[in-house]
Amino acid sequence: MPAFTIKADRDQLTIDKLAERFGEHVAVDYKPSTDAPKVVEEVVLGDMLILSVKRPVIHDVLKFLRDELDFNFLTSLGGMHYPDRDALGLVIHLHSMRNGHRIRLKSEAPIKDPVFPTFTDLWATTNWMEREAFDFFGLTFTGHPNLKRILNMEDFPAFPLRKEYPLEDPTREDKEDTFFGR
Amino acid sequence: MKNTAAKPDYWKHDLVPNTEHKDLNTLNLGPTHPATHGIFQNVLTLDGEVIQSAEQTIGYIHRAFEKIAERRPFYQITTLTDRMNYCSSPINNMGWHMTVEKLCGIELPKRVEYMRVIVMELARIADHLICNSVIGVDTGALTGFTYIFQQREKIYDIYEEICGARLTTNMGRIGGFERNFSDTCWARIREFVKNYPAALKEFDNLLVRNRIFMDRTINCGAFPADRALAYGFTGPNLRACGVDYDVRVADPYSGYQDFDFMVPIGQSGDTYDRFMVRDQEMKESISIIKQALDKLDKLSDKKSYTADVPEWVLPPKENVYNQMEALIWHFKIVMGETNVPMGEVYHCVEGANGELGFYLVSDGGRTPARLHFRRPCFIYYQAYPEMIKGTMLSDAILTMSSMNVIAGELDA
Repeated sequence: MPAFTIKADRDQLTIDKLAERFGEHVAVDYKPSTDAPKVVEEVVLGDMLILSVKRPVIHDVLKFLRDELDFNFLTSLGGMHYPDRDALGLVIHLHSMRNGHRIRLKSEAPIKDPVFPTFTDLWATTNWMEREAFDFFGLTFTGHPNLKRILNMEDFPAFPLRKEYPLEDPTREDKEDTFFGR
Repeated sequence: MKNTAAKPDYWKHDLVPNTEHKDLNTLNLGPTHPATHGIFQNVLTLDGEVIQSAEQTIGYIHRAFEKIAERRPFYQITTLTDRMNYCSSPINNMGWHMTVEKLCGIELPKRVEYMRVIVMELARIADHLICNSVIGVDTGALTGFTYIFQQREKIYDIYEEICGARLTTNMGRIGGFERNFSDTCWARIREFVKNYPAALKEFDNLLVRNRIFMDRTINCGAFPADRALAYGFTGPNLRACGVDYDVRVADPYSGYQDFDFMVPIGQSGDTYDRFMVRDQEMKESISIIKQALDKLDKLSDKKSYTADVPEWVLPPKENVYNQMEALIWHFKIVMGETNVPMGEVYHCVEGANGELGFYLVSDGGRTPARLHFRRPCFIYYQAYPEMIKGTMLSDAILTMSSMNVIAGELDA
């Protein structure tokens, strides 16, 4: 299966511009390359440029990418849970339609204080995406116009996509599931 | 004289400030209403018949697919995907298979890719056909719907011949198909390609240049391109606004780069443009299927239906009973013990109503560590209040049906 077309020059341009503007707040997690083998020690690192962004600058980085580097389209925004380091994450896919260029941005926040700025002022589409991330992971977005649960019922007691939330009713004793799943 | 009447209690959704102190009505459109074609609620605030604001409630059929996927082996997630957009489930199935293939680096033979293209284009026709005929129904033209719906049955007959199911198809496997297409199936596909253009022509004759239909749909639910991009529109809804973004062209997958087809676009993004974009796309889909059939005829490979990946494709049943290796592979696959590399991929396909994306994070375990579906409906349906603000109630119904919002995909 071919990955997305690798635009090495656009990747490099994005990295350079961000380094110039934000310095060490933006780090390159993975840069796809046409020369190097895609699979390194059984680890497929990714199919597009992955940047990890420090939380305080994430809004500025997205605004910069949208206005200066032509990433006009926010493809998706979703939450992540990293139980090993007690953190919640935010994964954003950006797409520059004119250049056919996609990147992935990641940012992390400690689970005790999972607060990000809202991006609804940049892209209207993030409204429901942020509500979904709040609903399932408990990420909160300051400045969001209507941050409440979207798919689950309003008095739902937990954030169900966090890893500690059991998929099935934990009180059931008629099913032995140790051989299946995690 | 100043009106000192207090605001009524239901006055919560004031997008438009009620400066003139009009009497406003609150109307519940949905959750179960024949005109919404699915289960979603809109609390409309009406000034007479003109919509002032709408508040949406969704999630009525939320089934926690992302959570369930974290407990399932990769090959079992297909059944979740075809319950999202159930009008074109094969596209969802193929999209998921391609995501896992991308993660594992599986290359498919050309023949399998073209077979997938045929199935995906059939699914696209089935989806657009339902949406367009339902636009007809909502404008009061039931006749076209009753005629064209027979063609969807023909498509479902083809699905049935391929995989045995009609609606939730669970079609294909990671690495190809579960078996080859039968001769009956090829004959049905050829017959469909032959007969469908005439049926579509008949449908078009009823609606496309029909004065009543045009008056009813032109300028109804129009949406400018910049707002559509800000709201993350994709698929026919974005193309109707005049942006020629199609994943099949922008990031070709499954051999779409070998095909020659046009991407129809509209201008104003109104209901008529959305209808016409879908209408033209069906014609392009037929052309793609014809090209795929020609290409398959020219290929020397006449029998492969899977990639050469024994760790993903179940061995033939008679071998499972007679050969040790086949039994081992069978057991490993069914128990979900296939090794998957660590990593994360995003793969998107052009679903029938937009860019359907799968963001898959694998930690090397037997199930995904995280799977996020980019569901096009969920993303563009939030623009609905902005689209219907200031329009008539009956236009709102028409706008909703022309947006092709599928409740299963909306709520995941």
